[in-house]
Amino acid sequence: MDDDIILNEVATRVVPMICLFGVYIIFNGHLSPGGGFAGGTVIGVAMVLFSLVFGLRATFAMVPENLLILLTSLGPLWYAVTGLVGVFRGVGFLANANAGINLGAPGSLFSAGLIPVITFGVGISVAITVTILFVILVEAD
Amino acid sequence: MKPRHLMLLALPLVLVIALPMLMVVATMPTYGEVNPTFNYVIEHYNAHALEETGATNVVTGIILDYRAYDTLIETTVLFTGTIGVLLALKSVPRRRGDLSGRRHNP
Amino acid sequence: MAAVIDVFVRNYPYVYAVLLFAIGVYTLLSNPNLIKKVIGLNIASTAVFLFYIAMGNVRGRLEPLVDPAHPHAEFVNPIPTALILTGIVVSISVTAFALSLVLKLFRHYGMLNAEEMVRLRGTIDEDH
Repeated sequence: MDDDIILNEVATRVVPMICLFGVYIIFNGHLSPGGGFAGGTVIGVAMVLFSLVFGLRATFAMVPENLLILLTSLGPLWYAVTGLVGVFRGVGFLANANAGINLGAPGSLFSAGLIPVITFGVGISVAITVTILFVILVEAD
Repeated sequence: MKPRHLMLLALPLVLVIALPMLMVVATMPTYGEVNPTFNYVIEHYNAHALEETGATNVVTGIILDYRAYDTLIETTVLFTGTIGVLLALKSVPRRRGDLSGRRHNP
Repeated sequence: MAAVIDVFVRNYPYVYAVLLFAIGVYTLLSNPNLIKKVIGLNIASTAVFLFYIAMGNVRGRLEPLVDPAHPHAEFVNPIPTALILTGIVVSISVTAFALSLVLKLFRHYGMLNAEEMVRLRGTIDEDH
């Protein structure tokens, strides 16, 4: 990509806003429509926009490629480890209220037990998946 | 086979697929009314989702508490898709002169 | 005949879903370009998702977000939304893998036309 001034200036200001909006969608997954998959997709699309405007080299300077491939396995691992909390308390796998976790006041941000923890893991997983699919498909030998 | 012949051959096949679907749509329950898909499971989830999961979003309470195992397997499906793309497109660079791909230990 | 037209007008989301599915399958079958075939598969998947989610709607009920002030309200069916969320993710994975295979074919043959590839591959096999 050439050094187009409009693209550079707009992308510098817009990409952090898109990431912030995606993080907001992830963290309010149990209160309003959204959740891990929608918020993770928004963050992944922000990374794709960054990679389109500033090139692949700037993207790899921010997040190395081997680190991206390593973080792909973080999603299912986080989910499974969170599910083991129920096993260690004596109840079944992936238990939320049965494991004795305080559910909190309905409508506040720190409520619903393990659901925000799982949503965060799912959001990271989807964001990394969308980013790595784009980067691998665009990268030429 | 020219593209025009392909188009002429695909259209009867699509009609054979789509017309029985339209006949099925004609016998379905009306859109917007209570169907037979509303059973006791829906009533239980709608009535008790807030007190059993603590989430005000009922859909999040379903996919992350009542049916959390399905979402775990779905995360695994995403992971498998990424592995498939990496396997198809990433090539390990070969050393020159060594066709077996094994590492040389000097 | 008028009764059949009346049923189709009342069940309009299902008719649109069947129409979209037919368009997607026709695109998959009749276009020789490989990327357009992948797009057709994606359109057919979206049509199935639309059909399934439209079955859960009831007119006059609210969306499934519990308001702590009014805990006993009538909601629409939340289960098709939860199931289709998984389906959309599977559709993403299938589309990504299909596009990566198209990319490998393009790197090997230098073209994206399926019929030209078959013809080229036929001549290569004859030489062996």
